[in-house]
Amino acid sequence: MATTIENKQQLLDNYRMMVLIRHFEERAAQLYTQAHIGGYCHLNIGEEATVVGALSTLGPKDIVFTAYRDHGHALALGSDPGAVMAELCGKATGVSKGRGGSMHLFDLEHRLYGGYGIVGGHLPLAVGAALAIQYREEDGVVMCIFGEGATNIGAFHEAMNMAKVYHLPVLFFCANNQYAMGSMPEEDSAVPEMWMKACAYDMAAERIDGMDFFSVREATRRAVERMRETREPMFLEAFTYRFRGHSMADAGRYRSQDEVREWQRRDPIQLLGRRLEEDGILDTRTREDIEKAVDEEVERATQFALESSSPDTDDLYQYVYTEEDQ
Amino acid sequence: MATKTYREALNDALREEMHRDQDVFIIGQDVGKFEGAYRVTQGLLSEFGPKRVKDAPISETAIMGAGIGAAMAGLRPVVEFMTINFTLVAMDQIVNNAAKIRYMFGGQVSVPLVIRTPGGGGQQLTAQHSQNLEHWFAHVPGLKVVAPVSPADAKGLLKMAIRDPDPVFVLENLALYNTKGEVPDEEYEISLGSADVKREGKDISIFAHSRMVNVALRAAERLEDEEGISAEVVDLRSLRPLDTETILNSVRKTNRAMTVEEGWATFGVGGEIVSLLMDQAFDDLDAPVKRVGGEEVPMPYSKPLERAAIPSVDRVYDVALQVLA
Repeated sequence: MATTIENKQQLLDNYRMMVLIRHFEERAAQLYTQAHIGGYCHLNIGEEATVVGALSTLGPKDIVFTAYRDHGHALALGSDPGAVMAELCGKATGVSKGRGGSMHLFDLEHRLYGGYGIVGGHLPLAVGAALAIQYREEDGVVMCIFGEGATNIGAFHEAMNMAKVYHLPVLFFCANNQYAMGSMPEEDSAVPEMWMKACAYDMAAERIDGMDFFSVREATRRAVERMRETREPMFLEAFTYRFRGHSMADAGRYRSQDEVREWQRRDPIQLLGRRLEEDGILDTRTREDIEKAVDEEVERATQFALESSSPDTDDLYQYVYTEEDQ
Repeated sequence: MATKTYREALNDALREEMHRDQDVFIIGQDVGKFEGAYRVTQGLLSEFGPKRVKDAPISETAIMGAGIGAAMAGLRPVVEFMTINFTLVAMDQIVNNAAKIRYMFGGQVSVPLVIRTPGGGGQQLTAQHSQNLEHWFAHVPGLKVVAPVSPADAKGLLKMAIRDPDPVFVLENLALYNTKGEVPDEEYEISLGSADVKREGKDISIFAHSRMVNVALRAAERLEDEEGISAEVVDLRSLRPLDTETILNSVRKTNRAMTVEEGWATFGVGGEIVSLLMDQAFDDLDAPVKRVGGEEVPMPYSKPLERAAIPSVDRVYDVALQVLA
């Protein structure tokens, strides 16, 4: 790949975003154990290459739907880290005004059409958003992100079929982190590789290395560019691994620490960092500067979240119906 | 005024709204070439083309979800389910997505869509095709539910539902599609949360919605003719929001009340009315409020059994006399 000045800066930005997500998630984990964050809290740690590699290929007219492991997706699309952390802490300044929490981030300005908590339930929504794009003859595409566990639910199959039948530009992006809570694909999927399921819907599909930023970004870029021409759905399966539990409430009894350590040797941030060093784009000094700047950014976001007010209980009913807000 | 069937009135509403707003489109199974399982969408494919009258695969979850996603992106979908029984397959989309997206995401998007579907029995369609489940949806904050009985209300409420910024469930009824009534030629507005006193009376209030309004009206006529009793029939028209003011005003006048619903009364619409009256009209009541609902069995096939399972004019008449005893 040619390393022009432009894409040098872009690669550094991508690397920085992956580091930001990692540090943000580690801080979120702390805030969870300190009870500043309640409910469920699903972290992107280990899956940063799938997040940044995929989302960095999108343009300003594209729309993203994702599941409940959504913090990194919001950050990568440009949401303010303070507003994301505030949402995790249930504050009025959160991206979803404290009504959604960790699982339900939404940022209209940055085209994030939501994090959803019912496995597979958001796939039909992505089909509908693509239908609106087609209806208005716009040129955007929709990226729909989900885990491999979602490929076993009916909504997945209905959405895939409908996207193909209607010829809609939806990129079905499966982040296969190998565990649906504690179940592996070998145990609960008739086929071990998820891309194979797309073949039933006559959809171009590919499996990629989800720990390698370049693998994710190049495959996604190819898919998005092709979809802009064909206006047909496509499927990508990024093979990845989550280093933390399914959520913060996960003792991890279903897998060994040796297995986790083995995968950590392919930490996506270290892989990208080494590659950028080899290419002369990143050096120790720049790396340290990035780490420091990101730490400060996460700390600012955290302070903003902690110092923000909770929503007023007088506003409990706000947002249930549209006209009542007007 | 023109005489129209309930079906024609709905069809007119769809056609007029599709002419008015280019973002309105219809999606559902066999709404296009087949012209609708109950022909409500008759002629619309040829008039508006396949982009705006979209035939869908038998995928209720995807149909509903696609409607919601399109609404989030700014369109105005009208989602048709062949019968209310099939909405169960899409319950996750309706309850977990349509009803919650606006609130859960802090008001950043609305979901302006309509779900149209017929309920009701009496057609020997048996247990899986004869249910009345509209109150399941009325239970859920974020949804609105209307249930018109007359052609004029059907047209007016469907048009208002299409223009509403939030998800509205429009309950139709299989046995009403061929019924006729006067429909105004000009534009008219019906607020989504308004009940309608279909017959004025002073001795007892009968609260009903959808086809049971007609059953209640016939019972009221018999009460007048045979017993000289003046029954008021209040068509709820909207289950959520519920027009509590009209309900309470009626009971404050008659001091006696009963409810009629085609579905099972247990945990149903009547229970909600009774609760409202206990809370806000206790001192106005001269007798306990009674409920009439469908018999609590899966709908049987045999015609005599089916007839016995659905609330009849006779039963409403008998229960009204009990309330007045």
